[in-house]
Amino acid sequence: MIEAIGLTKRYGRTVAVDDLSFTVQPGRVTGFLGPNGAGKSTTMRMILGLDRPTAGRVLIDGKPYTELNRPLQTVGALLDAKWVHPNRSARAHLRWLAKSNNLPGNRVDQVLEAVGLTQVAGKNAGGFSLGMSQRLGIAAALLGDPKVLLFDEPVNGLDPEGILWIRTFMQNLAAEGRTVLVSSHLLSEMAVTASELIVIGRGKLITQSSTQEFIDSATGNTVLVRSPQLFKLGPLLVDKGFTVRDGADGSFSVSGATSDQIGDIAAANGVVLHELSPQRGSLEEAFMQLTGDAVEYHAEIGK
Amino acid sequence: MTLLAVERIKLFSTRSPYWCSALALVLGVGLTAIIAASTDNGQLTLGVTQFGSSQLALSVVLVMAALAVTTEYRFSTIRATFLAVPNRTSALLAKTVVVAFIAGVLGEIIAFGSVGIAKVLSPASDLAINTSGEWRHVAGVGLLYGIGAILAIAVGILVRQTAGAVAILLVWNMLLEQLIGIIPKAGVKIQAWLPFMNANHFLQLGGDNAAEQAGAGIDFKLSQWGSLGYFAGVAVALLVVALIVAKRRDA
Repeated sequence: MIEAIGLTKRYGRTVAVDDLSFTVQPGRVTGFLGPNGAGKSTTMRMILGLDRPTAGRVLIDGKPYTELNRPLQTVGALLDAKWVHPNRSARAHLRWLAKSNNLPGNRVDQVLEAVGLTQVAGKNAGGFSLGMSQRLGIAAALLGDPKVLLFDEPVNGLDPEGILWIRTFMQNLAAEGRTVLVSSHLLSEMAVTASELIVIGRGKLITQSSTQEFIDSATGNTVLVRSPQLFKLGPLLVDKGFTVRDGADGSFSVSGATSDQIGDIAAANGVVLHELSPQRGSLEEAFMQLTGDAVEYHAEIGK
Repeated sequence: MTLLAVERIKLFSTRSPYWCSALALVLGVGLTAIIAASTDNGQLTLGVTQFGSSQLALSVVLVMAALAVTTEYRFSTIRATFLAVPNRTSALLAKTVVVAFIAGVLGEIIAFGSVGIAKVLSPASDLAINTSGEWRHVAGVGLLYGIGAILAIAVGILVRQTAGAVAILLVWNMLLEQLIGIIPKAGVKIQAWLPFMNANHFLQLGGDNAAEQAGAGIDFKLSQWGSLGYFAGVAVALLVVALIVAKRRDA
């Protein structure tokens, strides 16, 4: 379990992380979501004792990271896959890490096997593709068989196969009862990977909830209606108190009503329907709605 | 012990220490070979066999030691290190011990290698190592390298960038301390308290060729072993500062 209490980091007058409190529970993948520059990486570095918080603290199973004995056996982290010496072989990289926490030498071969890098273990890490580097980073994180795992933007720049592999891997780790915290600015990725979300913007906590709750609360359910008789159907729906908005090419977007209700009204009034589909709110919409005014770098769109 | 093993694995699993060691060996022993070859047989003295080791090769060893830290910062493996060993002071101390030890061994190899090649190229010269002063002159090179490595690592930790650390070390060792001698009157007095000048003072071989050696003409206030202690003191003080900074700084 990871527990942040009033975590704050200031660089001069800039506040990178502002009084952030959250908990990450074991047994599920927790997504750490926020726009670029929201303070996700800074928070992760503070969790791992690399950066010193200006105020507040963060505990891993009740202890600060720096007080952990043989930390790799408690926490595995992949913050940046490029944290390897380019002229050192993958195996040598893992070997010194294993040695530093008194882990048996055969763990190195086990984790290389687990991430599928056995074939290239003797090759220099500098020649690895991004996907291979990520796998090496994950191998390093798994070395001590830790209960807590942290991944910072693990799917950034990966091809679809690599993304799927990492997603499945993280879900399996959580299913084994481990605590998994994964940061991302990719909302669609989080929607399918994480079951719990911690959303931050400009260093502040916006919400912590389950992914489903997050989407439901942020976007009202809408139903897309396509019909050649919209002129007839529209006023009927408005009369019932539903909100109707014009959509693209002769369609309506109706909020506040279920598709059942709309279908019943259409049938009762002899309106022909070509399409009636419930639209589930996307994570993007929910996210934009919540973090709209908490984005660090604004850009005007369509001006 | 574990941390020493970690730093040993790290150091020997990259190429730069091998290259630096080879370069130091070639420069140190090579310069002696050139001097020996260009000196009339029988005229070579022990005092000139260590020009290469105490000047040229020392610079390479300083660079090697600084690189051991700065490459870790460059490739962020220092962060991986601090994740594995949150006690930064012990992690960096272990690195210092390993690098200083290797530098010391390398120093002995270069120093005695230089005497060896001089003997081969100038067999008629008297190059025997008999007196304690002569032993200090040759065997002392290893001590110099070890302490120099500590100083270089401290600079590396403080500066964190290879170019900056190397520039500081080379200018300091090869240029700055010599240039201070130009200052009228005060220059020589200041030089008596400069770390690399004291390092050279420690190696000085008394007798006939004292004037040929680095640091000649400076009125050192310390004994030769005192000078070594002073050099070591400066290196350790700098390392303590570096360790405190590294501990407080965000990695």
